[in-house]
Amino acid sequence: MKRLMFLLPLAVFIVLAGYFAIGLTLDPRKLPSVLINQEVPPISLAALKGFDKGFSNLDLKGQVSIVNVFGSWCYACLSEHPVLMRIKEQNLVPIYGIDWNEKDPDAGPRWLKKHGNPYTVVGADPNSKAAIAFGVTGAPETFFVDKRGVIRYKHTGPITISNWKRTLYPLIEELRKQ
Amino acid sequence: MRKLILALVLLLAIPRAFAVEPGEVLDDPVLEARARVISEGLRCVVCQNQSIDSSNADLARDMRVLVRERLTAGDTNQQVTDYMVSRYGDFVLLDPPFKSSTYALWLGPELIIGLGLIAVVVFYRRRSASAKAAGTESDPAPAGLSDEERKRLEKLLESDQV
Amino acid sequence: MIAEAGHFALVLALFVALMQAVVPMVGAHRGNDMWMGMDKPSAYSQFLLISFAFGCLTYSHVVSDFSVLNVYQNSHSAKPMLYKVAGVWGNHEGSLLLWVFILSAFGSAVALFGANLPPALRARVLSIQAMIAVGFYLFMLLTSNPFERLLPAAVEGRDLNPLLQDPGLAFHPPFLYLGYVGFSMAFSFAIAALIEGRVDAAWARWVRPWTLAAWSFLTVGIALGSWWAYYELGWGGWWFWDPVENASFMPWLAGTALLHSAIVVEKRDTMKAWTIFLAILAFSLSLLGTFLVRSGVLTSVHAFATDPKRGVFILLLLLIVIGGSLALFAVRAPALKSTGVFKPISREGGLLLNNLVLSAGTAVVLLGTLYPLFLDAVGGGKVSVGPPFFDSVFIPLMLPMLAAMAIGPMLSWKRADLGQIAKRMRLAFMLTVVVAAAVWSYASDGPFFGVIGIGIALWLFLGTLIELAERVHLFKAPIGESMQRLLRQPRASWGMTLAHAGLAIAIAGMAGAGGWKVESIQVMKPGETVQVAGYDFAFKGATRGQGPNYTLIRGLFDVSKNGKSVVVLHPEKRDYPVRQMPTTEAAIHTMLSGDLYAVIGDPSGDNGGFVTRIYFNPLVAWMWAGALIMVFGGVISISDRRYRIGAPARRTAKTATAPLKA
Repeated sequence: MKRLMFLLPLAVFIVLAGYFAIGLTLDPRKLPSVLINQEVPPISLAALKGFDKGFSNLDLKGQVSIVNVFGSWCYACLSEHPVLMRIKEQNLVPIYGIDWNEKDPDAGPRWLKKHGNPYTVVGADPNSKAAIAFGVTGAPETFFVDKRGVIRYKHTGPITISNWKRTLYPLIEELRKQ
Repeated sequence: MRKLILALVLLLAIPRAFAVEPGEVLDDPVLEARARVISEGLRCVVCQNQSIDSSNADLARDMRVLVRERLTAGDTNQQVTDYMVSRYGDFVLLDPPFKSSTYALWLGPELIIGLGLIAVVVFYRRRSASAKAAGTESDPAPAGLSDEERKRLEKLLESDQV
Repeated sequence: MIAEAGHFALVLALFVALMQAVVPMVGAHRGNDMWMGMDKPSAYSQFLLISFAFGCLTYSHVVSDFSVLNVYQNSHSAKPMLYKVAGVWGNHEGSLLLWVFILSAFGSAVALFGANLPPALRARVLSIQAMIAVGFYLFMLLTSNPFERLLPAAVEGRDLNPLLQDPGLAFHPPFLYLGYVGFSMAFSFAIAALIEGRVDAAWARWVRPWTLAAWSFLTVGIALGSWWAYYELGWGGWWFWDPVENASFMPWLAGTALLHSAIVVEKRDTMKAWTIFLAILAFSLSLLGTFLVRSGVLTSVHAFATDPKRGVFILLLLLIVIGGSLALFAVRAPALKSTGVFKPISREGGLLLNNLVLSAGTAVVLLGTLYPLFLDAVGGGKVSVGPPFFDSVFIPLMLPMLAAMAIGPMLSWKRADLGQIAKRMRLAFMLTVVVAAAVWSYASDGPFFGVIGIGIALWLFLGTLIELAERVHLFKAPIGESMQRLLRQPRASWGMTLAHAGLAIAIAGMAGAGGWKVESIQVMKPGETVQVAGYDFAFKGATRGQGPNYTLIRGLFDVSKNGKSVVVLHPEKRDYPVRQMPTTEAAIHTMLSGDLYAVIGDPSGDNGGFVTRIYFNPLVAWMWAGALIMVFGGVISISDRRYRIGAPARRTAKTATAPLKA
């Protein structure tokens, strides 16, 4: 009995060390989405300056689409931009853009003019209403929405050719079959 | 009981942190106070370990504004918080909720203190047992000393003090 | 060339440490004088080599040699010299070099000042020190080399994080590391004692000065960190229960418990296993802190840039050091024999309660800090544990201990008479209740817990003073005699009185600052005045300016009370172009009753207005004063002559391992 009590600190430590080992494989900053399998939240985005229309959650019903959160200030968004352009050129899936957290209403349009516009429709979200509704914690983030307007998947970080080919496009095809 | 202590301590120890801009402050002081309390309990999700009340981040500011808008529209404190949780999950609460996944957290301290007390009791039990066995059991408490005796005793002991 | 020399010195130090880890330990086991005697020269050699390496890195920073990667990543030629030097340890690799520098310094100090230690004990202690050093040298050489080159060299550096370019923060890490490394000494002593199979009064006396030093340093380090947060972060907060803050607080709690537990071992020959365990715990928590900050398992504003590879290495280090020591504890500690007996109501009992509460407090803070990790690891989702949890759990836990602390020193050993003590403290109790009631009625807008804080602080302060008064026979003997007694008190008892009184003052400060803070946020135009806590803050406008590596906006506040001018405040908002980061430099005027605290923000609107934040933070200076008094108490205790007993006559016969009896 006495021996057991002296063994206790070591036992506790081993358990702790086990958790630490697991913890090293995790990223504490990654936040999984709680909105998976829920309908797209009610949002209504105005058009960007110089564009003729924005979009709302109702537009996302009826077909499989993806919603991409970006900003002119976002460096990683620029890295995924060519991939989005290819998607648009090949008409693979409609991309709805949320231009998030722009301080200057000209910044978004200027960025799109300079680099190209991959979006079917773009909406302005200067005060994060839509971003918060989607539980966004950074850009770029992309949400995969099915025909019924239900969010089925959230991709954090830039879309690359490899994860598009491996995971994301197969997912879209899967959603189309349903 | 915990809620009571929590409420009490919330009043004391949370450093009221201030990234709130003058333009955000609501005109109604009651609503504004509610907004501050709610904000202090919500995590800034793009920061490291700060509440939206104390963070300068843009998203934190937008969340603060959203909190105030919902309060002005008539939501209760609970409804505002629930909305944030529905968007971001329990992670957005700086004070983890009391549910099955956090029982260990909220009951842990009681458990730890309990274990500690048990350890102390065991310690005293074992000490007196071994003392009995060794025959060095502590002698019975002496009758109270008179003041005079106490003074003499102190004088004798003082070289041994501390 | 310099960097390579530094690197080479580091490698040499590793070999010296390897030798030091093995030879003296074997020598102590075999009773071989010569092998044991290798401990001192190798300790000195390590110190010389690491000092040289540290000097090389410092030189590279001072001359802004951007061909050294570490300098490029953390420095800038326009940075003021103080921060060029402080930048040496303001990053992961450099801070590790500081760690081992202090480690080698402590090892040399044991070699130098440990003349009264039995050679076998000293040999074992230094050997264990060397083992720890080996771990850290390997860590640096394999994953975190500060001397790595950047070729081709950059033209300019990436500057140090502006938040770190601050005098308070420049010295915060060195003091913290002095504390952590100091606890490694207590740890080494504990392991040596377990190996020898003996813990006695002499051991407790040898350990004490090192533990006191570590504790004092750590107190300074933590206080510096809090003070920095208070004046730099712009809203007067000073403790956030951030994981890395907790990582420094836990060793402090364990170290405090250790200091007190060792007294019982020294005086009463009991509670040995507890004390050894606390020594292992304090250092283990220091190492754990290292892991948490550098491995990326937790999010924190403090964390260094993270790298899982480093995390794996530190975890291995933790497993070997902590796992090994706890295993040794499990095997050897049951054999430690104690002879002292005591009733629960006694000074030993009080110190046992102290042990219990501090250990429980440490465990609770550990639980809250690590819980997000636990839950995520078992797939339970993500939660975050913030100040509400810690405050609601930790503060109530400490209250019984603080209340007992007031009368602790009055308890006699073995068996104490609570009734007698209650009589002596009657006046103090009534005074406490009266003052608390007065505070409650006068400042009733504050929280109830604030009143409790003030009450406990006063109770503790009065108890400490009364105990001192009784010891010097104040009012019972002629005043001259009392004075004489006062001066003749052993320094260690002065240390205790000061430390306890200092804590009481600090707690009063915490209660005041936390409970009755006043804030006011608004846009002000030049000429406008705002009233906060009875003081009038008149805003006189703001000017733009230039610093060595930043641009600034400087505001001017004329503060007066009842028409009489009190102070002129100049808060600043700085912008560092290289790192694209702003900082706020609050203007603070410290008074006994509290701080006047003004912050200037960005311009607002088009008519010359600025965002301003004005606070009155009551009793804040009491926190810093209390901490300083505590540290002073620790330092005075160390200087007690009883710890520097003369060395025994050098024995020419075979080494004896009998402990010295003072």
